[in-house]
Amino acid sequence: MSWSPYDLNGGTCIAIGGEGYCIVAASTRLSTGFSILTADKSMILPVNSKCLIASAGFDGDRSQLHKVLTFRSENYEHFHKKPMSCPAMAQMLGNTLYYKRFFPYYTFNLCAGLDDQGLGCVYTYDAIGSHERVGYSCQGSGKDLVQPVLDNQLKAPSILELPPKVAVTSLSKDEAIETVKIAFSAASERDIYTGDAVEIFVMTPEHGVQKEILPLRRD
Amino acid sequence: MIPHCQLPSHIATGPHVSPFVSSPSHAGRAEDLHVPSSGSSAPFSVAPSADHAEASAGAEPRKHTTYPYVTGNSVLAIKYKDGVLMAADMLGAYGSTKRYKSVQRILRVNDTTIVGASGEISDFQYISNLLDELMTQDFCYDDGCTMTPKEVHAYLCRVMYNRRNKMDPLWNSLVVAGVDKTSGSFVGSVGMLGTSYTDSHVATSFGNHLSRPLFREFQRDDMSLEEAVSLMQEALRVLFYRDKTSINKYVLAKVESSGVAISKPFALDTKWDLKAFVNPSKHAVGSW
Amino acid sequence: MFRNQYDTDVTTWSPQGRIFQVEYAMEAVKQGGCAVGIRNKTHAVIAALKLSQDADLSSYQKKVFKIDNHVGIAVSGLIADGRILCRYMRNECLNHKFVYESPLPVSRLIRDVADRHQVATARSWKRPFGVGLLCIGHDQTGPHLFQTCPSGNYWEYYAIAMGSRSQASKTYLEKKLEDFESCDLDALVKHALRALEESCGTRKKDDKDGKLTKDNCTVALVGEGNPLLVLDGEDVAQYVDAIHAEQEEQAVAATAAAAAEMSIDGSQGRDATADMPDAPTGGAEEGAAAAGEDAPASEGQQPMEEG
Repeated sequence: MSWSPYDLNGGTCIAIGGEGYCIVAASTRLSTGFSILTADKSMILPVNSKCLIASAGFDGDRSQLHKVLTFRSENYEHFHKKPMSCPAMAQMLGNTLYYKRFFPYYTFNLCAGLDDQGLGCVYTYDAIGSHERVGYSCQGSGKDLVQPVLDNQLKAPSILELPPKVAVTSLSKDEAIETVKIAFSAASERDIYTGDAVEIFVMTPEHGVQKEILPLRRD
Repeated sequence: MIPHCQLPSHIATGPHVSPFVSSPSHAGRAEDLHVPSSGSSAPFSVAPSADHAEASAGAEPRKHTTYPYVTGNSVLAIKYKDGVLMAADMLGAYGSTKRYKSVQRILRVNDTTIVGASGEISDFQYISNLLDELMTQDFCYDDGCTMTPKEVHAYLCRVMYNRRNKMDPLWNSLVVAGVDKTSGSFVGSVGMLGTSYTDSHVATSFGNHLSRPLFREFQRDDMSLEEAVSLMQEALRVLFYRDKTSINKYVLAKVESSGVAISKPFALDTKWDLKAFVNPSKHAVGSW
Repeated sequence: MFRNQYDTDVTTWSPQGRIFQVEYAMEAVKQGGCAVGIRNKTHAVIAALKLSQDADLSSYQKKVFKIDNHVGIAVSGLIADGRILCRYMRNECLNHKFVYESPLPVSRLIRDVADRHQVATARSWKRPFGVGLLCIGHDQTGPHLFQTCPSGNYWEYYAIAMGSRSQASKTYLEKKLEDFESCDLDALVKHALRALEESCGTRKKDDKDGKLTKDNCTVALVGEGNPLLVLDGEDVAQYVDAIHAEQEEQAVAATAAAAAEMSIDGSQGRDATADMPDAPTGGAEEGAAAAGEDAPASEGQQPMEEG
């Protein structure tokens, strides 16, 4: 038996960008192996009024990563007198992850918010910093269950389409929130690491960031 | 040395901790690792350094903890109306040997905070020194500011995580509990990898399996001290019946806004003369 | 300053036991624009006068800095040195937040930054920082107001002013000290601005240089449940306008009262107005203060003391 510096604490997160809104949601269960550590641990970092980051994976790396990002975004605000934009944060997150390429943060991130045009933007990552801007995405232990549902339900234009179209969903904000809720309820049926509750952050230019909590299966 | 060469399989998300390759005693899981396994691996060994040249040159190779020696088991903590309650037994086990029987595993940090530890006792004593230094610092500043339980917890999270980053972990699961003038009672935990959480109730190692179901059912943040103490005793009793590396000698600590109180060691009443205990196979018809 | 043989470096004592380089640095603080700080039970406020190279051609130099959500500073002296210390303080706060997830106690931050000042007074290859800081903050022990000095000394205050002509502000603060502890936040900001205006320069009638404007001053406030807020430009205009409006009112009331008294009792009236033609009479001022209007000290007539 050799010691490993990594653990997998489970959890699922979803982000959806729409026209004039952005949704980021993540389950709150923290597990190790077959044990539940707590039913109420947030995986979402509200960076500022324009950007949210959700990370599934190993909790130790997640809290370190979130602290590093908070530190840098606060420094940015001191220097530039404005909050970091979501695309800027997305690039920095990619660099931060790649900086630890050979001892990676074992986290699977989504960076989402509103861009300068007020359009929802979502960036999806792997553990070592590769990333891509997409219209919606899903990470974590339940991603295999949820991603196909999103592909099917969100009616976003295909990325393969030419000429390329903006990849945000045509769904209204309320429809998209409903889809997120259904996706989490479904994931908690089969994924033992997704459950207890889901935090849903909704970002709009008019109302800023609003948070809602939906209870899930607790077993 | 660093097992990050396994990365490609990590990148595929999902529970890579498959039930078929990892049983509780063999999985590389933080919360269970400090339970000494009675399996095939030699119980007390420090893994040989990969750098044999360094060793043969006469210089001692740098040794990291790859296995705990003297370990403490479960620590339990719950919130109640006026504060928090924490309990642990006093055993320091050497593998499965009950080696030390008066080990104090709950530490008073200051007037608002206590820390309990399971896992490697010597590492916990080192952590005690770190916390002592912090408190000395508070004293020397002499500005009326003292560390809150939340701050102690955050600090210990960084300490544990930094050591895991050095591949030289402090082999403990720590529980921090206390009360804060502004934000009320606090109970939190951090494991040797830096995995941390706060909740209304916390338990490490075996306690997470045996006591927390009781807590989930019966613990309320507004329960009285008496109710909290009897719930805690019940949880300890269940642990004592089922966890062979525990002894019937406990310490109970409470923190209220008036300060910290840590009890003298005490024992619980236990009952072993139930019929099912006397002749366990009697009611198991047919099989063993 | 007169040159003498003991002031060429910071590690040489004069026979009188002085270190001139440090004293020169403290002199630089006195040349800087004035800054005023006041504290009540729950909040702390600073107001600072911004200088400008040329009011028409250049902008005003920024001298109030946010350090963290619970700390802010005003700088007098070499603003460039102040920026370095500001960066240091921001870093200290961030590092503390990183490790402890809580704001750094203000007194510890001040001690750390004062230690940095001190080191620069005791190394042959360094020079003292040419800045004084007024620092407001709020932590678990309540609101705080500190001042640091190039020598490495620091003090905590209920109210203080520093920078050029700050003596006039201090006089105002001493006079009104009793009011600060229990007044509300709005009143506290106004007190700070009135004190600051005392140090604005020679105050002849209709002298615009002697007045605060929304452009030449900055206010910062922090307190229980209020993260640090820096008010500039239009945000500070409402306060500046409010104190000026109050002054106008009092001046009108005072002249009316003086006129009334003159007409009733000529000899008394002549007595009161002989020395200070436009000043409110003592009775009028007391009346205004008792009515809770916090009358400012008789504006415009007292000769200013140069700090």
